[in-house]
Amino acid sequence: MAHQEGQQHPLSIYFWIWGLLFVVSFFSYMVDYLNLQGALRWTLIIVFMLVKAGFIVAIFMHMRWERLALKLAILMPPIAIVVLIALMSLEGDYTFLTRIEFFGESDFVPPSPHH
Amino acid sequence: MAEVALTSHGDVLPGGTKGVVADFSSDKQAFQVPWGKAMMWIFLLSDTFIFSCFLVSYMTVRMSAADPWPFASEVFALSFGGDPIPLVLIAIMTFVLITSSGTMAMAVNMGYRKDRVKTFWLMVATAALGATFVSMQAFEWTKLIVDEGVRPWGNPMGAEQFGSSFFMITGFHGMHVSAGVIYLLVVAFRVRSGFYERRGGNYEIVEIAGLYWHFVDLVWVFIFAFFYLW
Repeated sequence: MAHQEGQQHPLSIYFWIWGLLFVVSFFSYMVDYLNLQGALRWTLIIVFMLVKAGFIVAIFMHMRWERLALKLAILMPPIAIVVLIALMSLEGDYTFLTRIEFFGESDFVPPSPHH
Repeated sequence: MAEVALTSHGDVLPGGTKGVVADFSSDKQAFQVPWGKAMMWIFLLSDTFIFSCFLVSYMTVRMSAADPWPFASEVFALSFGGDPIPLVLIAIMTFVLITSSGTMAMAVNMGYRKDRVKTFWLMVATAALGATFVSMQAFEWTKLIVDEGVRPWGNPMGAEQFGSSFFMITGFHGMHVSAGVIYLLVVAFRVRSGFYERRGGNYEIVEIAGLYWHFVDLVWVFIFAFFYLW
């Protein structure tokens, strides 16, 4: 890619990705609409989310056509977030168990929906 | 006589504040893109960490909440006369934002073709869709605060942390969208007035503004998945 002239790509690729984003968004909405639950729900949510994020970064933000130095500089640091997620989920579990231990099970009863 | 600092090429370096500027700007170029684009990417990387902190803290409070977490599918349902449709407003907001991402990608493309009129109108369309998104979000907030009684410190549907997580995450995202609308309009009117034509006809700025806008859409993808669908 000639970088002096900036990122010029055929319009068709944008239309394709635009359409695919609509389709995948529709699928992820369907996950909720069809009321899928459990592991299937979480897997589908994550998969559709990553597909959409990938399309946006790779095509709309032109990351696919950038040099490797820029790709690594931008895409590697967020890996640290995975560590944060692991630490904070341990912390969340621990806090939850401590609360149950000291305050007992929740006796909260949600009111029936009013709409 | 004071010692004179020399570069590796033997050139004399200036001292004092001029020296500070010379030193800080003397780095070799690492990224083969215009500096504005590299800086926007680095800003977006830092913004990624901010949003990640919000989403991870949301995960933590949700995992540790002893009361049941409100069922987002019902909380954000909307009824048009008949049965409530789950998450319908959020779905519409998602499609509005994706549409705006598409028009923005077109604007970037037209910018590089130096088609100023099309670039201007596509950016205005993007900003209009962004403003629509923020208006729908304002409606959603009003409904939640006034009708449902959701507060940052509690709500009638379940875990208290629901309100604070919701207002913090969607509020910060809405602020980004609002700032993006202003940013896009400024660039759009400068494109139309020929501002960049007088500066060598470089429309890289449209792509830089586009990066910001696509990032806002990207963050919404994660909020939609983790806050609304999970």
